[in-house]
Amino acid sequence: MRLTKITTVAAVLTAGAAVAEIVAPGDVVFDEYGAIEKSLTGVAGDPANGEKIMVTKSKGNCIACHEVTALDYAPFHGEVGPILDGVGSRWNEAELRGIIAFAKMTYEGSMMPNFYQVEGFIRPGDGFTGKAGTEPLPPLLAAQEIEDVVAYLLTLEDE
Amino acid sequence: MKIKTLSAIAAMLVSTPFVAVADEADKDANLVVNGEVELVTRAPAPAHLEGAVDEVISGWLFRTSETQSLQMDDFDNPGMIFVDQAMDDWGTAVGSEGKSCADCHGAVEDSMEGVRAVYPKWNETAGEVRTVAQMINECRTDRMGADALGYTSAAMARMEALISMQSRGMPVNVAIDGPAQETWEWGKELYYTRTGQLQMSCANCHEDNYGNNIRADHLSQGQINGFPVYRLKNAKLTTPHGRFKGCVRDTRAETYGTGSDAFVALELYVASRGNGLSVEGVSVRN
Repeated sequence: MRLTKITTVAAVLTAGAAVAEIVAPGDVVFDEYGAIEKSLTGVAGDPANGEKIMVTKSKGNCIACHEVTALDYAPFHGEVGPILDGVGSRWNEAELRGIIAFAKMTYEGSMMPNFYQVEGFIRPGDGFTGKAGTEPLPPLLAAQEIEDVVAYLLTLEDE
Repeated sequence: MKIKTLSAIAAMLVSTPFVAVADEADKDANLVVNGEVELVTRAPAPAHLEGAVDEVISGWLFRTSETQSLQMDDFDNPGMIFVDQAMDDWGTAVGSEGKSCADCHGAVEDSMEGVRAVYPKWNETAGEVRTVAQMINECRTDRMGADALGYTSAAMARMEALISMQSRGMPVNVAIDGPAQETWEWGKELYYTRTGQLQMSCANCHEDNYGNNIRADHLSQGQINGFPVYRLKNAKLTTPHGRFKGCVRDTRAETYGTGSDAFVALELYVASRGNGLSVEGVSVRN
């Protein structure tokens, strides 16, 4: 856990520079449907941390829009996106990685943010300050955090 | 791919919120203030919204019955305190000319009746669309010899509230054609522009998802017929530009300035989406 976090932080700090295993946002390779075959870090995702990211407002905050029965201990699930129950049976790892990192590559026009996009925004801001930000922005989720969420979602299988 | 999309949609259609949401809205309530002023909270959508929404709905209908009831009696409506304060402001001389609003405009009940319902409005002299707030400041700087009020300041918000009250119950009816059309078109473009790192437009939440919850927030149509609004969350009046700023900020974007040309255009456009709803005077929301 600790090691993973440090790797992630290092990756963010040196964003743009070639860190061994981290795939930079601009270097991500998609298939024709928007799926991303290659891990963004080469390090297996941690589903427990992924679960935390799902319910944490300052992180993925996935339940802001999606309902997940397995996360019903966390208050207030949104209704904006589809329910994620069984999502691990309907999508494979590459597809889930593609949707989380760059949802709009899979679903054109989706309201879902691209969690790994760092530039090309209209009026990019500095977080939630309302002030201008400078691209490239830090991604909404770091590469390993995306891998962790993918790992968690893969645990949500149909019974 | 196609099959997956369908299953996702199917999943959405059968979705029933399983988390007990305390914030249960009464969507069928009628808004009658003081037992006598009936306000229209649902109206057929104006023609320019064809294909977007069929019906326009006041934000009042998206709130809990407790919040709703606060707006049904002026003694319960905390926003009325600010209207009273603005009434004092109306009669108080300020600036180098020693004039009050009342010195030129007389009784606010007469001179400001119907004003709020048609603003923002094309101003021939200025050659641009102007908001009520801009007109207030023009009076102050050009005729009273006073400093302009901060665009979203408490003093401005309450003066807007007082003026808005003189149109309570009248249908919003802003002009979108003629000389205002260009500004309106720009406002429409801004409404659909997906800003910030979250890449969200006004429409993503308030056209495509009104009625849905986003975390604990029950999304409304984002109508501004009730503005200025008394918000329980910060216990003060909020103006349209103040709210716009908050929304744009929440897309992780650089906001537009309050009182900026962009927000004036957006205000005209958003107001026009509520044409047919009643001006609510001072609304109460969470």
